[in-house]
Amino acid sequence: MLDFSIMADAFPNLLKGAGMTGRLSILILLLGMMLAVPLAYARNAQSVWLHGPASIYILVIRGIPSLLQVFIVYYGLGQFGFVRNSALWPIFRDPFWCVIIALGLNSAAYTAEIIAGALRQVPKGLVEAAQALGLSWFQTQRKVTIPLAVRAALPAYENEIILTIKATSLASTITLLDLTGAARLEVSNTFAPYEVFLTAGAIYFCITTGLSWLLRRFEVRLSAGHRNEERSVKEFQPVLPGIPDH
Amino acid sequence: MTMEWVSGYGLQLIFGAVTTLSVALVALVVGTVLGISLGTAKIYGAKPLRYSAEAYTAVVRGVPDLIVIYLIYFGGTVALTKLTGEYVDINGFAAGVAALAFIFAAYAGDIFRGAIGQVPRGQTEAAHALGLSRRAAFFRIILPQAWRLALPGFGNLAIILIKQTSLISVIGLEELLRASSVISGATRQPFLVYSVAAILYLIITSIVSWGFRNAGIRSNRGFA
Repeated sequence: MLDFSIMADAFPNLLKGAGMTGRLSILILLLGMMLAVPLAYARNAQSVWLHGPASIYILVIRGIPSLLQVFIVYYGLGQFGFVRNSALWPIFRDPFWCVIIALGLNSAAYTAEIIAGALRQVPKGLVEAAQALGLSWFQTQRKVTIPLAVRAALPAYENEIILTIKATSLASTITLLDLTGAARLEVSNTFAPYEVFLTAGAIYFCITTGLSWLLRRFEVRLSAGHRNEERSVKEFQPVLPGIPDH
Repeated sequence: MTMEWVSGYGLQLIFGAVTTLSVALVALVVGTVLGISLGTAKIYGAKPLRYSAEAYTAVVRGVPDLIVIYLIYFGGTVALTKLTGEYVDINGFAAGVAALAFIFAAYAGDIFRGAIGQVPRGQTEAAHALGLSRRAAFFRIILPQAWRLALPGFGNLAIILIKQTSLISVIGLEELLRASSVISGATRQPFLVYSVAAILYLIITSIVSWGFRNAGIRSNRGFA
């Protein structure tokens, strides 16, 4: 039924596509994380001027499809003369950077929500204790809040990593030859959709499943001695010596 | 310019939005039935059935939605062409609904599994004590109670599903995103057209998420 010679022929090109998928994923996650941290702090801030815009940004990004976001950046921005005439035009003309900008902005909203939730989970008493010890706001964040929040955010962030890898397949819609794009090209050459898409699907499956296994092991190591039986952000309960459970 | 928008393009966008909603609705219904079957297979099924359900979930979750859509659309065309001996162009709506329903089911299965598992055992035992058959106990006692517990996760999935319908544009079905692409080609104002589409999506997802929140509050009346 399946023609294995087509699969074998397509494999090297698909692997090249997988390399592009990997590059895109890393850059998207980096951009997403860079924007997500300030967004998360803004989301948790007292001031309406901070948490209002952050909440609206997250709401809007999460309310519209990511493919539309990719189209707005790649096709939409070129409508404006000032974008075409600006020094940044080489970036907005390049589908590679457009996907990274669009999906990075998208990932930032989801990641910010994860981080904001994790920051809220850190018990108030610990922050107050740090302040009572005379630690400044930055010291409190660095020594108390962030280490605890990282552990709480990890399971959800692992999920975000996997979703981002899968989302990079949208790059194929604006002519990039990522794994999905390479598969489409192979199909148009061989017209053997089963063989090619099944092979591409298998490569994706190996990447996402393998990575999620690795991340889970990493998470177990990181939370050694702080094992949460329920792997969920909500169940976060730090086990600290000398502090009674409440 | 304004007249064009009101008479032609605006209408085209509205039709696109209607197609988006129809795809989402049909996929939601089919996907829910499949999802409940998957969830029950994972809880009650014999080992081979349980393992195949687990494998199905793992595979669909590990692969991008676009690959599933392409596989069903192009793979379906090839299969039908071989089967009938002449070139068959598969219906974009049907292929889109099938792909989105298969994806939806993979995620919904685990939500229903969790929800069914949370219904107290005593309910099943009481149903059996009353002489209800296994089937009647499931459909009349367990499932109605599981719905309430599944609702938050289910609502989330429904909103993701609405956004996923935009992926169907790659196989040429003129839903909201495809309609916007066609119009932006004609007007050469892609930013404007895509922004209008974004607002339409935002309105749809906001209404649906508001609806599910209210349904959740309603279904929790009487529970602490």
